[in-house]
Amino acid sequence: MDFLDKFPSMGQGGLRDIKKSIDLGFRDFSRAYGDSLEAFFEPLLNLLVWIEKLLVYSPWPLIVIIFGVFAWLASRRLIVVFLTILTFLVIGFFGMWEDTMATIAIIFVATIICVFLGIPIGVLMSNSTRVQSLINPVLDIMQTIPSFVYLIPVVMLLGIGKVPGLIAVCIYAIPPIIRLTNLGIRLVDKEVLEAADAFGASFRQKLFGVQIPLALPNIFAGINQTIMMALAMVVIASMIGVKGLGVPVLRAVSNQYLALGLMNGLAIVALAIIFDRISQNFGKRLQKHMDRQNGI
Amino acid sequence: MESESKLLIKNIYKIFGDRPEAALKLVTDGINKQTLLEQHNHVLALNNINLEVSTGKFQVVMGLSGSGKSTLIRHVNRLIEPTAGSIFFHDDDVTNLDEKQLRYFRRFRTSMVFQNFALLPHRTVLENISYGLVIQKQVKKILMDRSLEWLNRVGLDGYNDYYPTQLSGGMQQRVGLARALATDAEILLMDEPFSALDPLIREEMQDVLINLQNELKKTIIFITHDLDEALRIGDKVAILKDGEIIQNGSPEEIILNPANEYVTDFTKNINRGRILTIGAIIEDAVLENAIKIDKKITLEAALRTINEEGSQFANVVDNSRVIGSVSQKTIINAITSGTEVN
Ligand SMILES: Nc1ncnc2c1ncn2[C@@H]1O[C@H](COP(=O)(O)OP(=O)(O)OP(=O)(O)O)[C@@H](O)[C@H]1O
Ligand SMILES: [Mg+2]
Repeated sequence: MDFLDKFPSMGQGGLRDIKKSIDLGFRDFSRAYGDSLEAFFEPLLNLLVWIEKLLVYSPWPLIVIIFGVFAWLASRRLIVVFLTILTFLVIGFFGMWEDTMATIAIIFVATIICVFLGIPIGVLMSNSTRVQSLINPVLDIMQTIPSFVYLIPVVMLLGIGKVPGLIAVCIYAIPPIIRLTNLGIRLVDKEVLEAADAFGASFRQKLFGVQIPLALPNIFAGINQTIMMALAMVVIASMIGVKGLGVPVLRAVSNQYLALGLMNGLAIVALAIIFDRISQNFGKRLQKHMDRQNGI
Repeated sequence: MESESKLLIKNIYKIFGDRPEAALKLVTDGINKQTLLEQHNHVLALNNINLEVSTGKFQVVMGLSGSGKSTLIRHVNRLIEPTAGSIFFHDDDVTNLDEKQLRYFRRFRTSMVFQNFALLPHRTVLENISYGLVIQKQVKKILMDRSLEWLNRVGLDGYNDYYPTQLSGGMQQRVGLARALATDAEILLMDEPFSALDPLIREEMQDVLINLQNELKKTIIFITHDLDEALRIGDKVAILKDGEIIQNGSPEEIILNPANEYVTDFTKNINRGRILTIGAIIEDAVLENAIKIDKKITLEAALRTINEEGSQFANVVDNSRVIGSVSQKTIINAITSGTEVN
């Protein structure tokens, strides 16, 4: 009856050996390639540092105005502009300006990376059902695996710092933009696409002249979600050395500082709302003329 | 024989399914459409189509839903590839063009108008009209000049910056027509372009098209499921049934000499007075002191003229030369289907 009571596992010894060989193997790998990987990511680090400095060292009224203008250009709604400015003033007043700027910097860079990688991958997926069925499970894994688990290899490879944090944020935030680019292009009206074909459009003319413009509302929904998920990753990323609003939150958790945690947490929420409104309104404006015409 | 200037569709077969080649063999062995579908799960969409359209002619293809009209017209610019057969335009074998040549062919030699307009919703009216020219990579100046010219010619002056969704169906199809004509292609393919429009607008658009064609002399293939429309605008009308052309002839031939029961059934309810012209029922006798009517006017118009003149007879002229006569009675007979044909 022993067999039924206790699951026939492979035993401590074997398991230990497997884990050990994986760990050692990866350690060798990271020793061999860690430096060159670091060199590879150097430009990213520089960009991130540069943007962070730019945001922190520019006069704060200038930054507030720039975000106000940006909110106006994207949404064309005064209420959004007003809320944006108000949020930044309150954040600054409560002494969270620098951390907020650091967070915006990493969100900004992460979003750029996600857009530049995610849209082409989405386009590739939309063009081939085979590619789609290969990439979809990878995206599923990226979205469901606990983020702490992929932090481990990233940290082993690159140590603690901004770049591993950035990579962790990107891994977590890139799936929506890929998925929605793919979906958006697949949803483009077949008849419109046929018209482009009938006029002799090349692959590129179709992609940039028809498919991407018509998929833009969906692509922007993807960017919106990517930004939101990047913000959600801010606290976890601060565990491996990313500066920003996550740092005080983490400190508040370990020391049970309720007020500190609440304030910084709310600042993250406020940023989320602003970014969400701005990008959503922009997406909506893009969509204005694109509702499927109803023929007669 | 391919060297004459024309569009030639030769022995085209199209079979939809997993193994069209194998199915083609069954078809050439004589299996019919129904059996092929039921026992082999393949759709015989086009069955040995042969069609010859001279340059500058208006060829209508008419058939009921599912008869293969859309499939046929899409073979001309190879939006659909044939299972077997060839298509020639002038000296070129369209079916043998490689990818690049095919793009060139579509850009410069054919253009297309669609049933549901298929306008680009993110481009304005003017930008839609210029779409084909953009694909042709024309320089900005030509692009603007020609788009504006066509905007004007389809009667949409002032709508430059509107978006398709802001226009009525009729106006949208004017944009579709302008977009197709702006590229200056020789072949114009039209897949039920007016079917989505209501009857009054449809006639208006038919007139727009007829007037343009009188001047432009494009080689047009025009799809419709409406025999009235077909007979009204076509130089020739091909009747398609279950993927086969069962008759191809001038509107008068279709009405006066229907190839079989199927065509007869169709033509029964046609307003013959508006389709047939006097030339078809002319009698040899030349009368004295009778009014003169042209042989190209319709029976209906002739009847009206004769009545207005308070007469019963008229002489028929062809290029101001008298070639015969008609009587009120023969006209009425012809209209009400007593087929007295000379
Ligand atoms: N992609 C396809 N796959 C399978 N069968 C098809 C496909 N396209 C068309 N068919 C079949 O081919 C036949 C002809 O279709 P087609 O669309 O050419 O008809 P149509 O005359 O244009 O009809 P309608 O007036 O409804 O537009 C139909 O039986 C249709 O079901
Ligand atoms: Mg059709």
